[in-house]
Amino acid sequence: MGEMVKLEYRVSSEDFERAGDASSNTKKVLKKIGIPSDVIRRAAIVTYEAEMNLVIHSMGGEIVVEIFPDRIIVTAKDFGPGIPDVDKAMQEGYSTAPDRIREMGFGAGMGLPNMKKCSDDFSIESEVGVGTEVVMTLYI
Amino acid sequence: MTVKEMAGRLNLKPAAGLDAMENEVAGAYVCDLLSWVMAHAGKGSAWVTIQAHVNIVAVACLLDLACIIVCEGVEVDADTLEKANDEGMPVLTTTKDAYSICCGLKDLGI
Ligand SMILES: Nc1ncnc2c1ncn2[C@@H]1O[C@H](COP(=O)(O)OP(=O)(O)O)[C@@H](O)[C@H]1O
Ligand SMILES: [Mg+2]
Repeated sequence: MGEMVKLEYRVSSEDFERAGDASSNTKKVLKKIGIPSDVIRRAAIVTYEAEMNLVIHSMGGEIVVEIFPDRIIVTAKDFGPGIPDVDKAMQEGYSTAPDRIREMGFGAGMGLPNMKKCSDDFSIESEVGVGTEVVMTLYI
Repeated sequence: MTVKEMAGRLNLKPAAGLDAMENEVAGAYVCDLLSWVMAHAGKGSAWVTIQAHVNIVAVACLLDLACIIVCEGVEVDADTLEKANDEGMPVLTTTKDAYSICCGLKDLGI
């Protein structure tokens, strides 16, 4: 597998019907390629949490998964509203999700911490009024 | 133990994903917060919850869980059942609460 595989998904705000499709499809591709199962599990977690954040908190965006021979890079980028205090957002248990979202079991405030924990490299950049970009690298 | 045998012994009603009832149950995990499940539920677990919307199927499939047990008689959304059938993820329902189900699972040696 010398070649690079690139997967791209548009993720719409509030689309709970299709939420999880990008991460589910990513997992299937990784499995087909023969990526080790512990890496698949971590990739599934970071992609799912990134996807759900786009659905729940953003105005829409995209997830790009690049699979190289030695690493997987997952990028989640959206078009706003941006995060006013990134350090706060990274804290376990911090969530601005409204009650109706929490009742569905989302909004535990564990998404970003889990994404960081499951990636080997993690970066988040956000600007209010512009958007948020999260880049996660997992070594195979 | 297979999902099928567990469902029979605990009187759980299979509602979807019937073609995956031979999945092996390796353990169990109880939680209604999806990020906690994502972080902690082990492969092959039976997931005990009261969530019943379509996203639970994605969570269960991403983690290779054995099945989802929806407790307390919560009605499972039609699109959840449809997705579970498409993906081959058993969804079992029961009127019992999570505690009773977990006691039952322990008695089965899970
Ligand atoms: N893409 C995003 N756009 C805007 N805000 C975000 C985004 N991702 C995360 N946040 C903010 O960071 C908080 C923490 O995110 P996270 O750890 O995933 O927990 P949760 O999604 O359960 O709220 C969110 O509640 C939200 O305020
Ligand atoms: Mg989140």
